Amino acid sequence: MTLFSDYTFRIVALGSSLLGLISGLLGSFAFLRRQSLLGDAISHAALPGIALAYLFTRNKSPLVLLIGAAIAGWLASISVTHIARHSRVKYDAALGLILSVFFGIGLMILTFLQKQPDSGQAGLDRFLFGQASAMSAADVMTISVIGGVSLIVLFFFWKEIKVFIFDEGFSGVIGFSPKKIDSILTFLIVIAVAIGLQIAGVVLMSAMLVGPAAAARQWTNSLKSMVLLAGLLGMLSGFVGATASSLMPRLPTGPAIVVCLSIMVAFSLLFAADRGLVWNMFRKWRNRESLRRETILIDLLEMAGSHDSIEHSHSIAALKLMYPDIRGLRGILAKLEKEGYVLKKGSSEWALTPSGSRKAAAFAERLEAKS
Amino acid sequence: MMQAQLEVVLVAVVTSIACAIAGVFLVLRRMALMSDAISHAILLGIVIGFFIGGDLGSPLLIVGAALIGVVTVGLTETINRTGLVKEDAAIGLVFPLLFSIGVILISRIGSDVHLDTDAVLLGEIAFAPFRRLQLAGLDLGPKSLAIMSAILLLNAVFIMAFFKELKLSTFDPSLAATLGFAPWLIQFPLMGIVSITAVGAFDAVGSILVVALMIAPAAGAYLLTDRLSTMIWIAAAIAALSAIGGYWMADLLDVSIAGSMAAACGVIFALIYLFAPNRGLFSAIRRRARQRLEYAVRMLLIHLKNHENQPESDYERSLMHLENHFRWEPGFARRVVGQAVDFGFITAEADDLSLTPSGRKAVEELNFQLK
Repeated sequence: MTLFSDYTFRIVALGSSLLGLISGLLGSFAFLRRQSLLGDAISHAALPGIALAYLFTRNKSPLVLLIGAAIAGWLASISVTHIARHSRVKYDAALGLILSVFFGIGLMILTFLQKQPDSGQAGLDRFLFGQASAMSAADVMTISVIGGVSLIVLFFFWKEIKVFIFDEGFSGVIGFSPKKIDSILTFLIVIAVAIGLQIAGVVLMSAMLVGPAAAARQWTNSLKSMVLLAGLLGMLSGFVGATASSLMPRLPTGPAIVVCLSIMVAFSLLFAADRGLVWNMFRKWRNRESLRRETILIDLLEMAGSHDSIEHSHSIAALKLMYPDIRGLRGILAKLEKEGYVLKKGSSEWALTPSGSRKAAAFAERLEAKS
Repeated sequence: MMQAQLEVVLVAVVTSIACAIAGVFLVLRRMALMSDAISHAILLGIVIGFFIGGDLGSPLLIVGAALIGVVTVGLTETINRTGLVKEDAAIGLVFPLLFSIGVILISRIGSDVHLDTDAVLLGEIAFAPFRRLQLAGLDLGPKSLAIMSAILLLNAVFIMAFFKELKLSTFDPSLAATLGFAPWLIQFPLMGIVSITAVGAFDAVGSILVVALMIAPAAGAYLLTDRLSTMIWIAAAIAALSAIGGYWMADLLDVSIAGSMAAACGVIFALIYLFAPNRGLFSAIRRRARQRLEYAVRMLLIHLKNHENQPESDYERSLMHLENHFRWEPGFARRVVGQAVDFGFITAEADDLSLTPSGRKAVEELNFQLK
């Protein structure tokens, strides 16, 4: 495997995996608070911050630009909250408005910088679309240090954040300040976006936050395992995306990561145990099946009641009369026969066996108790 | 002003108005972020249309983009309806995927043709005058002006023709459903309109500005009126103003026109947000202060009435005591007394307050009201 000994690849793969891990962990909270698109807004809004940070410092080090991005993203999220809270303009409109206006201002500053005689701004626009292949060891260091700090914050405020997310009112009652926790969470998301921008770019950053969380949510109901799983899935898709884009020519890393994430999400939505669509369909089918079995047994019992013997047989036509909507009658009867609950007599006559009549009586009793 | 400049402004104004009047319904139906999703996802439609049609001028681009727009909405709704993730997350999952596929297709297959993501995302309206529409050797003006005028006309006709239906399904979806309108019957045409507008506009102004132009004027108009028809007119006016102001600003600073127009949208919204007559931030603050003062005057009148002709009356009627009794700030207490004197409800001699006949009457009316 020459690929894995390649220095550039190792840097890019490490950086993408780390970013996937951090955005997966932190994105879970945005997802659970129904603020999935906050990341989208923050990432667009970060552009003027990046451009201004460069304009004032003439410095392109990741840390300086990151601070600029974080401040602008923070301002944007405050503006969205303010507009949504203090006017009749709803949250979604406020988000879209701030996102596009901030981005427009960023574009203005960026084009202003491009007209400057020293064209040292070149490379700033990689924040627009992300450019994982341009990642340096210093970038990876920045990602891991800042990501590490935000994980420590997460660890220390875990209990408060957990209560806040599931019951904001209650968290206020027991003495946590919802405002402060809200700020901490927003801050963490701002950080995740700021470090993710240069890899995923403005448009795809939101998917990096939402995707892992949406996939992880389907597999578990516990916050801790969801957050950990989201981090893992994010890391995995970061790694797979980076690998795929190194193996295939002209496959950009950011979109590759997003496609990989989307496959995970689709798989989870379809096949996740207990919640997934396929699982649900199977459960519905099984419920319907058992309901039909019970119906048939009870019907047979009821009809037998008007005769002297419980084992009096009835034709399929009679069963159909009892419950006209039933389908697959013969198949279910065959299955019941195999289990020893009914007995075939003649060509199309069916009767309960002793154990079948006991079963039917039990079903009927349960039905009675329920109604 | 040169003819080329005039043409750019004209394209900008027509595009803005077309976006704004469609955006009104997005904002009111809380679907503002669909504009964000659609304007990004249509990249895929444009790419597909380009591969089939073969050039950037092909009408297949518009068809492909409009179809992808509707697909975006359909996919979002489908995911949303599973109940496995919330609507915001559904949007955040769908459009980055479609956008990513578009980006991958461009860089895998089409990197040797002139179709780059920059142009789609950022647009370049300044080139509009160079692409002319020619018919039988006659110059009919810029092509994008013709396209956007047609789209504006389409939007206007759609809104006028289905005004009643749009209004009903926007403000009272359940009544609309009761009267026999299937929700999708108006939803899908509306989303089709939004997609077509976004496609037409992306060419001129880029997809981010489409979001600004669809949301900001409508959100601003929403703060100025309660009537739907008035709101549409105001949104159109704000959009035209942003286009002209944005162009002027871009010309002055020599920066991106699209960015500058988005910024102008933001400035106009900010002004409305702060200074709108009834729903503006400042008028809300003023109203709250006035209500607080009026309430305090009432309290004062009731207090004076309660202690009239009582032994402790001298003491209770002093300004000093009011500050203690009601816990008013000294300055506020003086303002309350001043207000009450201005209304002619009380007289204040030295520190001693007493009700006038009209003040006594006001208290009686107040008591009557309270009962």
